[in-house]
This record gives sequence, C-alpha cells and structure tokens, in this order.
Amino acid sequence: MYDVLIIGAGVTGSAIARELSRYNVNACVLEKEEDVGCGATKANSAIVHAGYDAANGTLMAKMNVAGNLMMDQLVKDLDIPYRKNGSLVVCLSEEDRPKLIELYERGVSNGVKELKLLTKEEVLEMEPNLSESIVGALYAPSAGIICPFNLTIALAENANQNGIEFFFDTEVLEIIKLGEGYIVKTNKKEFTTRFLVNAAGVYADEIHNMVSNRKIKITPRRGDYLLLDKSVGNYVAKTIFTVPGKLGKGVLISPTVHGNLIVGPTAIDIEDKESTATTKEGLDEVIQKAGLIVKNLPVRQVITSFAGLRAHETGHEFIIGEAEDAEGFIDAAGIESPGLTSAPAIGVMVAEIIKEKMGLTLKDDFIATRKGIFNLNDIPLEEQKELIKDKPKYGTVVCRCETVTEGEILDAIHRPLGAKSLDGIKRRVRAGMGRCQSGFCSPKVMEILARELGVSMLDITKSGGASNLVTHRTK
Amino acid sequence: MEKKELICVGCPLGCVVNVELEEGVIKNISGYSCKRGVTYAQKEITNPARIVTSTIKVEGGEKPLVSVKTKQNVPKNSIFQCMDDIRNVVARAPITAGDVLIENVAETGVEVVATKDVGIDVGTST
Amino acid sequence: MESYDVVIIGGGPAGLAAAVSAKEHGIDRVLILERDRELGGILNQCIHNGFGLQIFKEELTGPEYAKRFINRVKELELEYKLNTMVININEDKKITAVNREDGLFEIQSKSIILAMGCRERSRGALNIPGYRPAGIFSAGTAQRLVNMENYMPGKEVVILGSGDIGLIMARRMTLEGAKVKVVAELLPYSGGLKRNIVQCLNDYDIPLKLSHTVVDIHGKDRVTGVTIAKVDEKGKPILGTEEYYSCDTLLLSVGLIPENELSKELGVEINPVTNGPRVNESLETTVEGVFACGNVLHVHDLVDYVTLEAQNAGKNAAEYIARVKNNISNKAEGAEISIIAKNGIRYTVPEKININRMEDSVTIRFRVGDIYKNSYVSVFLDGDRISRKKRLIMVPSEMEEVKLEKAKLAAQGQLKTITIEVEKE
Repeated sequence: MYDVLIIGAGVTGSAIARELSRYNVNACVLEKEEDVGCGATKANSAIVHAGYDAANGTLMAKMNVAGNLMMDQLVKDLDIPYRKNGSLVVCLSEEDRPKLIELYERGVSNGVKELKLLTKEEVLEMEPNLSESIVGALYAPSAGIICPFNLTIALAENANQNGIEFFFDTEVLEIIKLGEGYIVKTNKKEFTTRFLVNAAGVYADEIHNMVSNRKIKITPRRGDYLLLDKSVGNYVAKTIFTVPGKLGKGVLISPTVHGNLIVGPTAIDIEDKESTATTKEGLDEVIQKAGLIVKNLPVRQVITSFAGLRAHETGHEFIIGEAEDAEGFIDAAGIESPGLTSAPAIGVMVAEIIKEKMGLTLKDDFIATRKGIFNLNDIPLEEQKELIKDKPKYGTVVCRCETVTEGEILDAIHRPLGAKSLDGIKRRVRAGMGRCQSGFCSPKVMEILARELGVSMLDITKSGGASNLVTHRTK
Repeated sequence: MEKKELICVGCPLGCVVNVELEEGVIKNISGYSCKRGVTYAQKEITNPARIVTSTIKVEGGEKPLVSVKTKQNVPKNSIFQCMDDIRNVVARAPITAGDVLIENVAETGVEVVATKDVGIDVGTST
Repeated sequence: MESYDVVIIGGGPAGLAAAVSAKEHGIDRVLILERDRELGGILNQCIHNGFGLQIFKEELTGPEYAKRFINRVKELELEYKLNTMVININEDKKITAVNREDGLFEIQSKSIILAMGCRERSRGALNIPGYRPAGIFSAGTAQRLVNMENYMPGKEVVILGSGDIGLIMARRMTLEGAKVKVVAELLPYSGGLKRNIVQCLNDYDIPLKLSHTVVDIHGKDRVTGVTIAKVDEKGKPILGTEEYYSCDTLLLSVGLIPENELSKELGVEINPVTNGPRVNESLETTVEGVFACGNVLHVHDLVDYVTLEAQNAGKNAAEYIARVKNNISNKAEGAEISIIAKNGIRYTVPEKININRMEDSVTIRFRVGDIYKNSYVSVFLDGDRISRKKRLIMVPSEMEEVKLEKAKLAAQGQLKTITIEVEKE
C-alpha cells in the first residue's frame, strides 16, 4: 500500500512527485506512456510566463507568479538550461491599446515585477524585426524560456533519486474507493494507496469523474506550432505575444532555450484526447498570424511542425485540492497555460496538502540537486580534450546537426528513468532534433539503444507502444 | 497486329515509341525523335533485360550484408526468380568485390558477384 | 599541431576524387577527414548500377565506383581518418575535429577542400500536416537501413517525391518484398531520370502521380495510411481530389540540401539558390584557399560529374599550394567577371571567372527552372551573343553545361559580365 499514488508523469505530476520526495513517504507515479512528459507537457510554447495574463485573485495567477519566482533556484538545483529573455506583448492597433494597459494593470496587481509599457520606437529598437504596424508593447523582463522536456525529466529523475517509484506504460482503468484510500486498477497490475493525486492532463476529468460526483470537463485544446532552424533562432530576442484584439488571439514568436525559433500556437477545441495531428489550416493560420507581428517570417527555415494539447477546463481555472466528495483524492486538473510555469508551485501546494493531512516529516537525506546530462559543448575546449581522452565515447559524434556524442546518448539511456526510445533520446539530448530531423542519426541511435537495452532493433520504437521503427530484416 | 508503347530512356525527352508487332516480329516503329529510340525499342521488345542488384546475407562478417549484382543482364521476366535465389544464399566473410556468390542465377547462366569487400568480424568494439 | 597542405572535409565521391587529384598534381601532405566508418560516402548505400558511364565508360554499382577511388587513395598512400567529425574550421584554416582515437584535435592546413555532400529535406521542411508517427523516413535513411543495416522500414509503402533516390527505393523495396503503392510528385514532371522512371516504376507497375502531394498522415504510433490529393498549378491541394492509401511507411524523396554549416561558420558566402558556396572558375570559395566540390557545392544528378568537378578542385588546390610554396601571390591580375544566370537558368557554377587564372576553357554547369523543348542556350558577353546552342530538351532534374573559351573572353576586351540564358525559337 502506497501512501501516495500520482497519476500522470507530465510536468505537473513530476513536480508534485519531486516536492513529495522531500518527505518520508512511500509514493509512486503511474504513467500510461513509455516516458515522462509525453502528453500536454510535450508540445507547448516552452515559456515561463511573467504572470500578467490570469485574472487577479485566481489560482492561475497565484501559481504563475509563484512558479516564475521559483524557477531561478529550481533550474540551478536541477541543472537545466533556462533563459530569462523577457517578453513583449505587442499591440497592433490603437483600438487595442486599452487592452494593453489592462494587461499592465492586471500584472501589477498579480504581483509581477518590473513591468513596463513601451512606445513603438522603444519596441522596434529592442526588436528590429517586428512589424512597423506595432503601436506599443508591454515589456515583462521576468518572463523566460525553458525546455519542458528538460524540466520534466529533471523533476522526475530527482524524485526518483529520492525514492519515488515510477511505473510507465501503466494506464489507469478503474479506481475503487475504499473506507480509507483507493484501489487503482491498471492495464498492468492493481495498486492500493491512501492518497491519490490526479495529474492526468487532458485525462484529468476522466480520472476525477471516476471518484467524484461533482463532474468536471477537460477539453483538449489543440495548438499547432512551427519550429525553425537555429540559423534564425535570434530572429527575435524576446518572447513576442500579441494583445488579443480585433483579429482574435494571436500567436507567439519566441527563441527557444536551445536556440531555435518557435511560432504558434493555434487554439482549436477538439474531442479526441490523443489527436495531436496538425492540420493544413492550423499551420497556415500560424504563418498568417505570425506575419502580422514580424516583418518577414523566414518560413523556409521551418524544420518541423507539431501539435500539442492543452488541458482546458471549462471554467478556465486550475483545480487544485481535495475533491469535496472524495477524501484523499487530490486534483491537479485543468493545468493549461501557464501550467509549465506554475508546475513547481503546484508541486509545493499539493505536497503541502498531503503533508498536512498525513503529518509527513521531512527526510534527512533529501537530495535537492541533480546533475544534468553532461553536454560536451558546455565546457571549454581544453577540458573537452581531457574528457574525450578519458572517455572516448564522447569522441564519437552521433547526431551531427546538434553535435551529440555517443557518450551523451549512453548517459541518457543509463541514468535513472532513462530513455527507451528514439524520442526518449531526442528529448534528453536532442539527437535528431536538428535540421535533418534524425535522417542521419536515427539508424545509429537505434543501434545504440538496441545494444544498450539488450533488445533487437526490431523492438526499438519511436515513442513506445506500437511505434516500432523497422518491421523486419531485409535478409 | 499487336501494338506496344515504350518510353525511350535514351535521354530526358522520354519519347513515347510505338511498336507494331506481327507474331512477335517488329513491323513498324514510330514516335521516336532520334535513332536511339529505334535501338531502344528493338532491344526492349525482343530481349528486355536488366542488371539486378541486391544484397546477400553475410556470416561472420564485419557487415551483415554484402551488395551484389548480376554480372550481365538477365531477362526482365526472371528478375523475381533472381531475387529468390539471392535471398536463399548466405555468404561467408571475407568477401572481395568480384567474388562469385551464385554461379547460375535463376537458370539464366549469369553469375551473381559481390560488389563490395566485406572483412571478417573481429568483434564489435563498443 | 599537425599541419597539411590540403585537408579534404568528407570522404565521399567528391572528397576521394579531390584528394587523389591533389596528390597527382604534386601535393604530398593530403588528409581526408570522413565522419562515417568507411570511405565512399553515400555510394556505399547506392548498391544499384548506372554509375561511371561518363568516367569509366562502363556501368558500375555505387560500391564499385567508390572502390576505384578508395583503391587509388590506398595506392597513393593518402592519409585519412574515419569516424571523424569536423567541429569547426576557422579563417586561418585551422580545423578542429573529434574522433575516439585522437580525441579532440586541431590541424593546420594551407588549403581546404569542402566535400561534405548534402542532406535530405525532411518532412518538417514540407509542412505536411497530420500525426508524427513512426514509419516516416527520408528515402536515403531507408536506403541505408535496407542495404547496409539489413532492416526493412515497412511492408506497404507510399513515396512522396520522384527524386532519383525515391525511384530507386521504390524498386528496391519492391524487390525485397514490400508493396509500393504509389509515388506522388508535387510538380507536373518528375525530379528523377527518365531511365529510373521506366526501370524502377514502370517495370514494376508502380503508379507515378504527377501534380499530387500528401495532405495528411494517419496513425498515432505507426503510419497507418496517407491521404494524397491533386494540386493546382500553384501546388495547392484541390479539394475533393483526396484519395486514401493505407500503408505503414511513407518515404520522402523531396530534395537535397548541401550541408554548409561548417562553410557558413568559416565565413564562406553561400548562394541562396544552390545553398552551396559561391565559387570562381577555380572552384575556390570567397575564402582564399578554400575550395568546394560535389554536392556541397550544388546538388548533382550524376556522380561522374561530381568526380570531374572534384578532380578539378583537387588540381586547383594543388596549384594554389604550389604558388604559396613558391611565394607567388594567389591574387590573380584582372577583374573577376560575374556570370549572370537569366531567363530560365536558375544558377551557374562557377559564378565568377578571372580570365588570367582560367585554363583554355572552363565548364559552366547550370540547371534550368522548367522544362524547355527545342530551345537554345545562349551566352552573351556584355550583351553580345557569342553562342547559341540548340537543345532538344532541358529539364530541371538534369544538369546542363556550356564551355567558355578563354580566347573568346579575352577577345572581348574590357569584359564585365557574362550572361547565360535560355532562348526560345
């Protein structure tokens, strides 16, 4: 019997797991996919929001501002890249200016620091590639960019180091309420637990509604994105949003923390909770809307497009806390944007609730820091030489576009909660993430995976499940 | 009178060459732009043949496969039989390009030869 | 730090021919750096025949063609390093590279030949909507898996793009027992050689659908099918023409892009049409002593032309070194004359000529942007037409060439520009 069972190993579930792991607690995380961060976490804008968007007094606003403030320390502890590049909300017409001021005021009352309204000239000086038709902008220096995979993997790894168990490919099918606690039936085995945490992303309504009569509804809201080559990664320096105006809600254009340029998303409510297919209309809309913000979007530099699903709750608010009619069942549901930013704060809030209820005590041996996957490019040339002499596998470059060596790939496979698939490798060390989109390195990465995991190449998948890459031997 | 339509591969023009046959004998060729079209059509009608290239499984080699080809053209209608024969043999390393791996593929009298060297597997260094 | 006269970046067909040629023209300190585990580059996976007709007057397979040059490299005892990735080249021609045996190391060279080849355009660059399941491969990746690694990417295949690698893979997959259902091509004409259309598609009754593209990819884990639609003259899908093909594999053969990341970092100017370095008649880039040849310079359709170009680059690098060693300036007298591609000609290689430095004649290679039948390729010197050659047909997929003769250029006096254009009847 577990003390706590968390459903979902996205950024929310992983943040909760890591916060819980500070305490003397017997906890686990169930994830229906083969890896952490495979749902809503996988595909979003990768932004650490400043906190001026959400309505004053909402949990969203509170978590956003708190999460943003936690980020500096967290990325140090977890050794992941993060850049406070600041954000600009640009206003494209005089009519929309009042909305810009409204945003400014909301930000101030939400507790966002250093907000500033800029004139057109100031904006264009800061970002010369922005459209001349901009009339002004709201500048938030505290906004930043982060890699959602890095953050989630780091949180989960650290939780795991501190004793939280993770079960992958484990899908919750049924939950039975006991006098105290729950039985969780999955496709693998049965789990019993005292506390149950619902961090199931777009499926959080289904999980919630299994135990509570106060039904909630989560609508998958699809967002299509384009990712552009690093050669145009500095097309804008800040994350550029638009004021929702007469042309509807705009898209954002932002550098990513790894140096690419991201453009998107659309916002299309759909039924299917797995439907991450992009559409031509969606991708066209992204290009058209981005064209309103910048002078000449370098569309030819697109290296990939993808769609993510936001877990949109009908009331557009985070639902965090114990369900009124289900004791011991704690929701962390409706976690849509600014969910990535808020996750660390949500982790603290949920862990606090459980700590209070269970009377948990802090662990003496909690390890607060985690060493990230070593990246050769992060150390000076002379040190690289020494390292390769010592560990020759760092001398074999596997992914040429992102310069990823065999050493890094082995690290990604063998560390706690290691990579099991091509996408798992890609998310951890970026092999295959570059401009050739894994054309050159995928056969080599598959071979390394097969060798290290002791399985056949035929069993290597793109992303778990039935996503096998090759079907049979030629001969 | 039987009619056949061919696309000449002599140049990028890709002329559609019409061939009229009577009991297998060419009676008329038309549609070509140069004499290459005629030669091509005659060959394609009377004796269509191709070089077949593929791979053969290797045992004890540094590579799992060796690339091979039929040393001469084989009749077009025997290509799949050639592939069956090729699929059914295993070659032992070391192999040198030019080594005959099948003597008489698909009863065509044509040899299948290696087109690449494959050395002996000296243990995979990882 | 080791130093060389010529370092060749890439041990594929271009790099091998360039290295051999540099050595044959008297240069001793030659080094080839190759990132793969063997020399020969892409030829190793091109097991089909059809190579060498221009150079050897016989039809060879890719590995056989490569072997002729590899043998020559060995006979000449040229140095090469395998599994070696070049990380950086700086303006002083210092090369930083890495491999397991030597670790991270630096090499100083007097001249450099860029021969890194090209990569395939990916699905992302095409913006094909739909899911992102397993089972989508570029044709070249599939070729490597099937021919070298012994793995089949799937059983039922749709191919997008009729470039030569796509056509070759249609036949290859068919011969290995897969069912290739259709090849779709966005353009109204194929990007591949006529011979490949006949011998890779028609021989096996594989339909080629021109003016068609993939508009949707189905399947969440593994591809389960694709939707193909007809496109209008602008390449936009026409509503109502969608057809569903069930398949487990989508191969993409939608173009090649020269790999010039190293060149760009080095400061070499890139031509936006070819995506390759801008070069003069010596195949020298805008950085002195740095030459380029093969698919890194512009995408070729025949390896024979790569070889010829690379031999030229090797020879020019050798001459460059000879001048350096004899303290002769590498700055040639006289102006650099620009070659302007006009009216249907997309680009030329080279783009500039210095008459004082050129040989008796120089071959200008180019591609046209559309299909031209019964047209003329004309050369103008400052507006005066000096030649007008008839071509029965010119297609974008086949490289064309004209020869410019030194005598004619010199006779023009103060020549400023050379223009090459397509003229209709």
